[in-house]
Amino acid sequence: MGAEFAIEARGLSKHFGDLRAVSDLNLDVPRGQIYGFLGPNGSGKSTTIRMLCGLLTPTMGSANVLGTEIPGDSRTLKPKIGYMTQKFSLFGDLTVRENLQFIAEIYSYPRAERASRIEELLGKYDLHDQQTQFAGTMSGGQKQRLGLACAVLHHPELLLLDEPTSAVDPQSRRDFWANLFRLAESGTTILVSTHYMDEAERCHRLAILDHGVKVADGTPQDLQARTGMHIVEVIAENPYAAQSTLDGVAAIASVTQLGVRLRVLIPERHENPVQLVEKSLAEHGVAGSASLTAASLEDVFVAVTMSPEERDR
Amino acid sequence: MKSLSRLNAIIKKEVLQLSRDRLTFGMVFGLPIMQILLFGYAINTDVRNLKTAVANQANTHLSRQFVADLRATQVVKIVETVATPDALEGLLRRGKISIGIVIPHDFDRRVVDNNRAAVHVLVDGSDPTILAVANQLRTMPIRFDTTLQSPKKQDLIEVRPYYNPERRTPVNIVPGLMGVILMMTMMLFTAVAIVRERERGNLELLINTPVSSAELMIGKVTPYIAIGLLQLAIILGFGQLLFDVPVRGSIFDLYVAGSAFIAANLALGLLISTATQTQFQAMQMTIFILMPSILLSGFMFPFDGMPVIAQYIGEILPTTHFIRLTRGIMLREAPISELTSDLFFLIGFTLVAMTIAATRFSKRLD
Repeated sequence: MGAEFAIEARGLSKHFGDLRAVSDLNLDVPRGQIYGFLGPNGSGKSTTIRMLCGLLTPTMGSANVLGTEIPGDSRTLKPKIGYMTQKFSLFGDLTVRENLQFIAEIYSYPRAERASRIEELLGKYDLHDQQTQFAGTMSGGQKQRLGLACAVLHHPELLLLDEPTSAVDPQSRRDFWANLFRLAESGTTILVSTHYMDEAERCHRLAILDHGVKVADGTPQDLQARTGMHIVEVIAENPYAAQSTLDGVAAIASVTQLGVRLRVLIPERHENPVQLVEKSLAEHGVAGSASLTAASLEDVFVAVTMSPEERDR
Repeated sequence: MKSLSRLNAIIKKEVLQLSRDRLTFGMVFGLPIMQILLFGYAINTDVRNLKTAVANQANTHLSRQFVADLRATQVVKIVETVATPDALEGLLRRGKISIGIVIPHDFDRRVVDNNRAAVHVLVDGSDPTILAVANQLRTMPIRFDTTLQSPKKQDLIEVRPYYNPERRTPVNIVPGLMGVILMMTMMLFTAVAIVRERERGNLELLINTPVSSAELMIGKVTPYIAIGLLQLAIILGFGQLLFDVPVRGSIFDLYVAGSAFIAANLALGLLISTATQTQFQAMQMTIFILMPSILLSGFMFPFDGMPVIAQYIGEILPTTHFIRLTRGIMLREAPISELTSDLFFLIGFTLVAMTIAATRFSKRLD
């Protein structure tokens, strides 16, 4: 207890038959921070979270979560963690209040404080008007607020959130993140998986997963600073023609279209990236202007998940 | 203390969910009532009013007297009178009648002739019950108007039916029906209990809470014990009210046996629930156990008359033992202390099934 890290994982791996869902994962999640798992579907985010709360046994490697060794008896861990599943997992045929009541009883929350804690959560998570509504009939955003309220009811030290915002609108996502920051402020460690760049950007630290392998980690700023790529933004009248032209240039690792703009990634060992792009466009008679710009998290993601051949261009 | 709070939470949740599931809640009461009416009124092995046609070729005073006597037995119901035996065969083939009676031209002479049958009875033998009834007709005496009375024969063996002297079917059916109804509802409720939560995603949440496997299992079955005892009361009440089925032994003993049987079925249901992945699979497994429980438990057919292998299978089914208990207590006035082997089987079965279920259900996903 009192250690610097809430989660320390060493060589954590999970194989399902031939599928390597997670390979050799090392993680250090500092206490009181929001740590993000960024990766596409099937990158091993859910599997990792399930291993960390003791739902899945690692094939290899180990982890220490809040002082509990994984693999091992995770019973002592359960009261200390809160877990929110990807799919809504509360009881649709119970009301909001009954769901909270059930969770309070299941975690043996002190009887005398139960009622006031439930009131507090109904207020904090804006569920007062829904308290007698069946949970199954609520909107995506409301369900998600209830999910979070239930996950934090027993004051867990660590909150594991598996793609919590995949089924809610942008406003609900903003509110949700405001709640997460408030929780982190009060000392809760939060591990959250997402495939949204804007959410990843809000995390204190971030690990990018691709095909079960951690391809990068650090703070978002850190990751953006060391992509190993020049980021060139091209504004072209005919972005499609520009893209097909640039795709054929040997030194260019990746071209992504964003409306009329193109984001072009060129490995750092090539000098004068802007001239390189402009020259290539001019040679093919495509009109367009290029300028150097800072990396966004999406650029980071593209850079770290590209194949070695692309990177070596 | 904490364990009690968790157990209480699961029980409360189950009761709440059950009370909101109107269809299931209705079935708790509807199923036993429907079944008892169905089995009590519709399924009757003492057959009466079989559709019958008569070809009376003799048409004498004696033969008409014979037909009148036949009608008076109420075993047959004469729906048609035809001229020839051929016509009877046609009616049989088309399913219009179950029994055809041929009275030949020389009926009066045949009656006094011991070497020849006086009457031919054509029977649709595809249903053995009807055949058995037709055989009863053989013993029917033919009365003569004349002083020439046929000598009254004394039967060698006299049968005295104990416990059900009137030979009424409900008396035998209702105690067995209790077993079948309880088994059906109890097993179905719990068979889908865990699987349903798995399908709805609730399970992933539950196994991440401090609740233990045993707490989850016990919490899930407890409300259904109360429901089972309620159903027992419904069946007993209706049996008494509608069919005058007696409870000669002690009601308390009956409830002891009932509790043990309910527990055994709930445990079996849970076992099914932990062994299956979807509600559909759970239903199939339930039917897999349901059929032998109805057919091999002694409910439908006398246990001793079954082939040895069928008896072995019947012997491991809780329903078989419960039906022995209920028939013993209700009809033969046996105290439960004389039926301990069946009671102990049920208790042992519960413990074994419950243990396997709790072990099988691990709080992991892999």
